[in-house]
Amino acid sequence: MQHLLRFLKPYRKELILGPFFKLLEAVFELIVPVVMAKIIDNGIAKGDAAYVGKMCALIVLLGICGLGFALTCQYFAAKCAFGFGTDLRSALYRHINTLSHTEIDRFGTSTLINRITSDATSAQTGVNMFIRLAVRAPFLIIGAIVMALLIDVKLSLIFLIIAPIVGLLLYFVMNRTVPMYRRNQQKLDTIARHTGENLDGMRVIRAFSRQKQEKDEFSQECADLEQSMLAVGRISAILNPLTFMIMNLGIVAVIWFGGMQINTGSLTQGDLTAFANYMTQILLAMVVMANLIVILTKAQASALRVQDVLSTPSSMTEGTAQPDRESEEVISFSHVDFAYAGAGDNSLDDISFTLKKGQTLGIIGGTGSGKSTLASLIPRYYDAKSGEIRIFGKPVQEYDTKALRKLIGVVPQKALLFSGTIAENLRWADADADEVQMQKALDIAQAAEFVGKLQYGMNTHLVQGGRNLSGGQKQRLTIARALTGQPAILILDDSMSALDYATDLALRTALKEQCSDMTIIMISQRATSLMDADLILVMDDGRCTGLGTHEELLEHCEEYREIYNSQMS
Amino acid sequence: MKKTILRILSYCRPYRRYFILTILCTLVSVSLSLLVPILIGEAVDCAVGVGQVDFDGLAKIAVILAGAVLVSGIFQWIAGLFINRLAFGTIRDFRTELTAKLEEVPLRYIDGNARGDLIARVIPDIEIISDGLLQGFAQLFTGVVTIVGTLLFMLTINVKITVIVVLMTPISLFAAAKITALSHSSFQRQSALRGEMGGLTEEMIGGQKIVKAFAYEERAVERFEQLNKELGAASLKATFFSSMSNPTTRFVNGLIYAAVGTVGALGAIGVLPWVGVMSVGKLASFLSYSNQYTKPFNEISGVVAELQNAVSCAQRVFEVLDTPSEPDDSHLETVTECRGELSFENVQFSYVPEKPLIRNFSMGAKAGQRIAIVGPTGCGKSTIINLLLRFYEVEGGCIRLDGKPTTELTRDSLRSHFGMVLQETWIFTGTVAENIAYGKPDATREEIEAAAKASYAHGFIKRLPEGYDTVISDTSGLSQGQKQLLCIARIMLTSPPMLILDEATSSIDIRTEQRVQKAFEKLMQGKTSFIIAHRLSTIRSADHILVMRDGNIIEQGDHDALMAQGGFYANLYRSQFVG
Repeated sequence: MQHLLRFLKPYRKELILGPFFKLLEAVFELIVPVVMAKIIDNGIAKGDAAYVGKMCALIVLLGICGLGFALTCQYFAAKCAFGFGTDLRSALYRHINTLSHTEIDRFGTSTLINRITSDATSAQTGVNMFIRLAVRAPFLIIGAIVMALLIDVKLSLIFLIIAPIVGLLLYFVMNRTVPMYRRNQQKLDTIARHTGENLDGMRVIRAFSRQKQEKDEFSQECADLEQSMLAVGRISAILNPLTFMIMNLGIVAVIWFGGMQINTGSLTQGDLTAFANYMTQILLAMVVMANLIVILTKAQASALRVQDVLSTPSSMTEGTAQPDRESEEVISFSHVDFAYAGAGDNSLDDISFTLKKGQTLGIIGGTGSGKSTLASLIPRYYDAKSGEIRIFGKPVQEYDTKALRKLIGVVPQKALLFSGTIAENLRWADADADEVQMQKALDIAQAAEFVGKLQYGMNTHLVQGGRNLSGGQKQRLTIARALTGQPAILILDDSMSALDYATDLALRTALKEQCSDMTIIMISQRATSLMDADLILVMDDGRCTGLGTHEELLEHCEEYREIYNSQMS
Repeated sequence: MKKTILRILSYCRPYRRYFILTILCTLVSVSLSLLVPILIGEAVDCAVGVGQVDFDGLAKIAVILAGAVLVSGIFQWIAGLFINRLAFGTIRDFRTELTAKLEEVPLRYIDGNARGDLIARVIPDIEIISDGLLQGFAQLFTGVVTIVGTLLFMLTINVKITVIVVLMTPISLFAAAKITALSHSSFQRQSALRGEMGGLTEEMIGGQKIVKAFAYEERAVERFEQLNKELGAASLKATFFSSMSNPTTRFVNGLIYAAVGTVGALGAIGVLPWVGVMSVGKLASFLSYSNQYTKPFNEISGVVAELQNAVSCAQRVFEVLDTPSEPDDSHLETVTECRGELSFENVQFSYVPEKPLIRNFSMGAKAGQRIAIVGPTGCGKSTIINLLLRFYEVEGGCIRLDGKPTTELTRDSLRSHFGMVLQETWIFTGTVAENIAYGKPDATREEIEAAAKASYAHGFIKRLPEGYDTVISDTSGLSQGQKQLLCIARIMLTSPPMLILDEATSSIDIRTEQRVQKAFEKLMQGKTSFIIAHRLSTIRSADHILVMRDGNIIEQGDHDALMAQGGFYANLYRSQFVG
């Protein structure tokens, strides 16, 4: 928690002044019943109209001051909370950007998104409410009790009995309902998941004519949710009436014992009125307290989740070296082993190869054989467990990671584009890329034709994820994006799967002709796409089972032959 | 807005007895709770001073007070239980109807709406309706009863001061309205910015690996912070403005309280003869009423905001409910047996009216024939599937099954004669056995295992922690190939006379691919099959090949004929070998 509290530091002033003003308001609020009691005891009893007027003016004045204090407090609270929230989100986002892939894999992206959007907001609400209410409610309760004690100690005993009873009731109800609410949420999640699955599989469902059964299942789930909501409802519905009853029975006691005291002269009529007022005030404050506790419990859980991310250090330390693009030996792996965090077995086992400038390496193998894993070590998304990876002659760890990655154009398996124009997407690789540079990239990627046909060309707006394009179009744009950065190394991770053979071929030809300096790593499931590579690496279960040219492999490598034949038959 | 509210209320109809009971209970509970201040006042009047306390009267009042409090509390509790039944019941019906509707709307509707958006209607939208409308109504109702009740009680104590209170109410309303208006635009800006922020975060973090690949971090942080700052400022404004409403109304209430106190006290003294003389106890209870009277005004402004929110969510839900379902076809003939002879006759179709897709397409498939559909990705191969299974309806011409137009058969019986394995495998959360038996829920374990064995899935299923009873889901770590095998087993079990297969295996490893291929072969024996073909062997051995490009069927015929034609197909075919 300390970790997060430092985000409150810049708002120390607001954090102290906010509750202080709230306190002032509460003090003023507590004085009002006293003044009213004075009006009754002194003004009415003595028939002093001037006194009544004076005291009423005082009440109005108290009200104005109270309003001023309250607004000041709210302003400070909002300023502190939103300052805190904004800083927290920024820090969180910055921190996430420093994490390496290992940590991102561990958290999962949806978790990280939730922490930024909902958890940070919840923590922020917690701060806001804390400033506004945390001081006020307990103060009103304690204050009312103190005032009551000042008026009459004996009668106040009733307060001291009632307050803990109500407290206990709150505790009981919350203790019982919080886990039940969580269960409700799970049931709601089930319906959400079921709806999602249904939308995904609507064709299958209808092909099997199972609509009726699906409807019945939904109906059952909804009824189930209803039952469990009713169950929580039964418990939480008891809270308000019971508090109301307890507090008012307290008032009955106050009146009875107060009456006895008035009879003996140890209490006045005005005092009794004030006493009843304080009782009501405590009642209201208790309810506020209950809400506050719920908000703070949620905020605390969120804060812990945010904290969890912030306190996770990146598992990678980087060097400062800048790459020297002139070196002839571009990539070399020597005896590289790799295992994902938490996984027992190695995903890569003893991989070695060397690539010279302008060479192409093809990687082929089944799913899960480690092709993508191998490629992800080159831009140093992960560190090898043992062995050494050198880029342009230096171990990857010695480089400034950003500079290293600028050298490498990556085309991921999943064609992911971002909302914005096509040009903006291409400029991801190079913020200053000009039109000519981008056009050339589109040409090589075989995307120039379809982009040219779009009404706004390169300025066509893509929606999130590039959903307004076909799979093949997206793949070609992701290739163009990587090429725009004019990388020294290009990694194509099975990124031509959605292209037809003719386009695939045209692309490979263009790469060969126009990017002869570029060192290329090409992962594919198609033997035909890799046949021309200078070197082909055959992977099976993390191991290299063959390394050589197409002809060599056909002769010596059984796996390769098997793959090739299955595709050529 | 009014129409929407009425429509929501119509969903409460089955629960109207709860509605009436809630109203009755609230009436009892609120009226009794309003008696409390008057009783306290009377009690105070019983204890005027030393030696002047009327204990008999006090005891009587105390007993009545205790009774009133207990009964009021109990009724409040019962009202709470009833409103729960009303609210949760209505919501259940709402949600059941909506999810049922999703099973009935044409696929065009599901394809045309974002998945997340439809889920949002089933989950959060209905939650907001539940919270906002029904609970809002409950509050509104208690509020109204409280206002009317307190007014009545105040009138019984003192008419003139009551008039003063009523005259002062508009101040409270005015203040609340002013603040609501002020904060409304800030809130809108806040939620717009929050949406934008959510979008950016989702996109950037979702693509974090790409962000890192292109060393885009700094630019991403810059964009994030820019938006974050704007959001912070907007939220500050919105929250501050809206948080003004409480202290402000409290202040106005304070003013009313002071006014009542002054006038009442002066009246008690006798300075203001027109007010009439009031006892101290009466004054105390009057003060208490004036306090309670102003509170609901405070809450009502909140209710209105919630109501607006709920109405806009309800409109989204009704939008789905009002979408026409696939027309009822129970009067049509059901297919009980079929040979599997299919023919397309001058079929016309388009997804968008202004972009005709399939024009005058004709083709016949005899029982047991294999039809391969080839073409680049995104060329519209799935359109043929959509039309065959009547997920979409043809716009001209007709498709015949054993000579009968498919439009004259019930959709369900037509579809049940097709087996479909798509590239996008569909696995739902449930056991392996449930997934396989999806098309035949009453299948025995032996049948399920036989189907799994026939589709080469038995081996890996056996290795799962609980075999056929292992609970799996789409994300539970089965490989794409394994999922595909389960989908094939599903069809194997029902063994329909016609098949539609998407043979795409680009993400399946070689060994599984061979198994999938073998399973496909076995499945196709003696069945009319439409195959979206990627494998040369399949294409070459097909009885008929449809070549598609940009949504159109540009060539058709068997392999040799198409090669001889030397068109698009021949080109496509050759490019594979000149790599």
